[in-house]
Amino acid sequence: MLHGFDILSLLIWLPVGGGVAVLAIGDTRARLARWVALLVALATFVLCVPLWLEFDTTTAAFQYLERLSWINQLHADYYLGVDGISLPLIVLTAFMTVPVIIAGWSVVEKRPAQYYAAFLILEGLMIGVFSALDALLFYFFWEAMLIPMFLIIGIWGGPRRVYATLKFFLYTFLGSVLMLVALIFLYLKAGDYTIAGFQSLPLTLAEQRWIFLAFLVAFAVKVPMWPVHTWLPDAHVEAPTGGSVILAAIMLKMGGYGLLRFSLPITPDASRELDWLVIGLSLIAVVYIGFVALMQSDMKKLIAYSSVAHMGFVTLGAFLAFDIQGSTGALRGAINGLDGAMVQMISHGLISGALFLCIGVMYDRLHSREISAYGGVINVMPKFGAFMVLFALANSGLPGTSGFVGEFLVILAAFKANVWFAFLAATTLILGAAYTLWLVKRVIFGPIANDHVAAMQDLNGREFLVLAMLAVAVLALGLWPAPLVRTMEATVQHLLQQLAVSKIPVA
Amino acid sequence: MHESAMTLESLRPAIAEISLGLAICVVLMADVFAGASRKYVTPLLTLVALAACAWLTVTVGAVQDRTVLFDGLYVADRLSVFLKLAGFLSVGLALFYSQPYLERRGIQGGEYQVLALTALLGICVLASANSLLTVYLGIELLSLSLYALVAFDRDSGVAAEAAIKYFVLGAIASGTLLYGMSMLYGLTGTLNLDKLATVSAAHGAGFVIAVTFIVVAVAFKFGAVPFHMWVPDVYSGAPVSVALLVSTAPKIASFALVARLLVYGLGADPALWVQILTVLAVLSLLAGNFIAIAQTSIRRMLAYSAIANVGFILLGFITADPSGYRAALAYTLVYVLTTLGSFGVVLLAARSDGEAEELDDFKGLGTRDPLLAVLMMALMFSTAGVPPFAGFWAKLWIIQSLLHTQHVWLAALAVLASVVGAYYYLRVIWFMYFDAGREQTLIVRQPLTRGALTLNVLAVAGLGVMPNVLLALCTSLMG
Repeated sequence: MLHGFDILSLLIWLPVGGGVAVLAIGDTRARLARWVALLVALATFVLCVPLWLEFDTTTAAFQYLERLSWINQLHADYYLGVDGISLPLIVLTAFMTVPVIIAGWSVVEKRPAQYYAAFLILEGLMIGVFSALDALLFYFFWEAMLIPMFLIIGIWGGPRRVYATLKFFLYTFLGSVLMLVALIFLYLKAGDYTIAGFQSLPLTLAEQRWIFLAFLVAFAVKVPMWPVHTWLPDAHVEAPTGGSVILAAIMLKMGGYGLLRFSLPITPDASRELDWLVIGLSLIAVVYIGFVALMQSDMKKLIAYSSVAHMGFVTLGAFLAFDIQGSTGALRGAINGLDGAMVQMISHGLISGALFLCIGVMYDRLHSREISAYGGVINVMPKFGAFMVLFALANSGLPGTSGFVGEFLVILAAFKANVWFAFLAATTLILGAAYTLWLVKRVIFGPIANDHVAAMQDLNGREFLVLAMLAVAVLALGLWPAPLVRTMEATVQHLLQQLAVSKIPVA
Repeated sequence: MHESAMTLESLRPAIAEISLGLAICVVLMADVFAGASRKYVTPLLTLVALAACAWLTVTVGAVQDRTVLFDGLYVADRLSVFLKLAGFLSVGLALFYSQPYLERRGIQGGEYQVLALTALLGICVLASANSLLTVYLGIELLSLSLYALVAFDRDSGVAAEAAIKYFVLGAIASGTLLYGMSMLYGLTGTLNLDKLATVSAAHGAGFVIAVTFIVVAVAFKFGAVPFHMWVPDVYSGAPVSVALLVSTAPKIASFALVARLLVYGLGADPALWVQILTVLAVLSLLAGNFIAIAQTSIRRMLAYSAIANVGFILLGFITADPSGYRAALAYTLVYVLTTLGSFGVVLLAARSDGEAEELDDFKGLGTRDPLLAVLMMALMFSTAGVPPFAGFWAKLWIIQSLLHTQHVWLAALAVLASVVGAYYYLRVIWFMYFDAGREQTLIVRQPLTRGALTLNVLAVAGLGVMPNVLLALCTSLMG
């Protein structure tokens, strides 16, 4: 309770209610619907300001707690709160929805009110996922979130949208249901659904292994990790620009969030035993998917694969702790890995979102995502070219941008764990630069490729505003990551302590 | 538990059946005298009669304790009262949704309502059955009414075929049921479920065979694989309004059948029927979900979906634990509520040139009729088990009871089967929203029916956000 109102509930239900209102306004009054949607998105973001400012960074305890009895029979509560891990992700969610609404402003002509409503409802549900402290409430939001995304890709997507959206839904659903079985199993042992209760529940190694694997399937699909990433390129290519942005910026982060909130603290011993699995898959994602990205001819697909590679850093950073303890004898050094994972999530959210918006800007003009259709865009769109180059450099990890911070921290941690991990992870600096800069070279620079490109108009005010917002965020986080790192410091320390203590009951 | 002497006062707990029986006579007579010019009389009177019966059941028939009547043939407890009310509501809604359809197809006739009411009477009898005889009486009353309803459109060849199939297979099932019951009687010397419940340990092979015959009949009535052959034919062959009726209220009866006969009467040793039910449940889940994928007709798809959902209900029973029975009850109620809605949408999605028969007929419904499409979308997501709809909690509760009783593998199988199921529910949404319609034809406008349907779906969504209401109810009923 802050200022006498429940700020987290407001953050969840304001966008959901706003979405319903926009739906009620209807497509016939699209102008009004747009403005209401923007106001709701802005109001939600503004609400994050006091949330961030009054957050106590000195404690790992959950803050802004709200608890209402929800389902007595299942001992599940409407229980909300944030800590240093979820707060930045909530702010990111509220932040990214604003450019998505603005980016759709004059572009979305098909059922516009429903489009904005879907994004607002999605925003509320995503904030719900990050702030739920009750596992059943978490799962409730986690699954409900699929509905708006399914519709966004299916209704406003490209030619193969049906295939893409069904693949997206079924992949995620398949991953999630096994997690549900694991959550119910934990509930039957713990007696209620609070995540904190799950975290302090003693579990045998065999139980932990099964639970860990069930969680891993759910979160690996969301992240997505190799080899369950195949839904992502399809979904990204077919999704409308806004859908791609939210998918890349927020939805993928839920996998990483799940690993930090569920897998590591609930099954620390199984995580320790099976960390090779996650590290191995992460390194494959970083290296192999990096090569795959190099070969793409579709811009959105390239960024999608780049997302898989970058999210590999998140999963890598999260699971390095045990190897660091093995090689240095202490868990202390592992903080870089976890910090890096978190920074990488936020940073990737901004950068990939920005790149998808850039592609959207080009697509709106030329209606093609093929790299070969472009060339020399900077000659006709200098302002746009500058933004695109900035985001591309950030994507390849240029110091001074947010992309650098996360990757650097993770590689630093990887060195402490195993030099070879660091070596493989560091190939991303080459591969990432290769596929991103090659993309920029082919699309932005060079002579003007054809008449269509020559006819392209530079950014209008709306597009400039959207990209400028993101550029400022990317640079700010790159030059001064301290506020972000400080916000999550206490929570990450607490997480490390949880990892250090075995949960296997002493016989 | 007390057995009272036969006085008028002692008949109070049976008020539901008594009033319903009277209502049937009244409706039948009223229909004769109303004549062809006042066709609205019978449907209206039926709904009024149903409401009156429900009111009497609540006010006069409410019981606090288990009360046994008629020399142990009949039992009234809170479960029976509730199941009857659920039956009244679901038959009432089904008739209300069907009315425009019946008018459109010219198959109005007072017999329709009367047969629906006799089927409902069968459900009530089953819900209060405390003897093998009463069980059989209830089943036959229900089944015979339904056979006649399936063939109600007498000019339709497919309907006649469906009715014959249903009747022949149903008669065989009744035969096995009767055979099993006669064996039980021969072995134990009693038809009374109270007494059967106390006979447990000393049974031999004969007992097992008898129970097997009975379970086969139960599986048939439920429509569980491999006794499901009638389900798709009846769902797609019968008039849509009858398919709606067959797919909803009788599921409550099937629940009552298992609850009274297996869980209570043969509950001393659940191992007798748990294994068979497990096989039936697994087969239903797999066959129902996989075959539904291949369907092109919305009604056949819903039929296979029904089979898969029956698999879920049976999973609740095989836990042989009160938590599972509660979950099965919750699942049955949610299923009935959702199916009422989805068949209601099928009824309303008719175009001026024909009924919505094929899945293709739903193409473009999202633009053609936004309200109907939104309702159907919510219902499909609910049946697929996606929050925030009631179907999610129904599935969650079944899975929880399975895990509670250490059936981890069955729980995993159930959730994986529901992922397969999600595909064909999503396909309906895909057709409605992602595909353009073939043609823009008129849709039948029925404001009252639409309003009721909207309330129906709001109930599904409301229970999805606040499932504690349903869970508390089921917990108190199956304590």
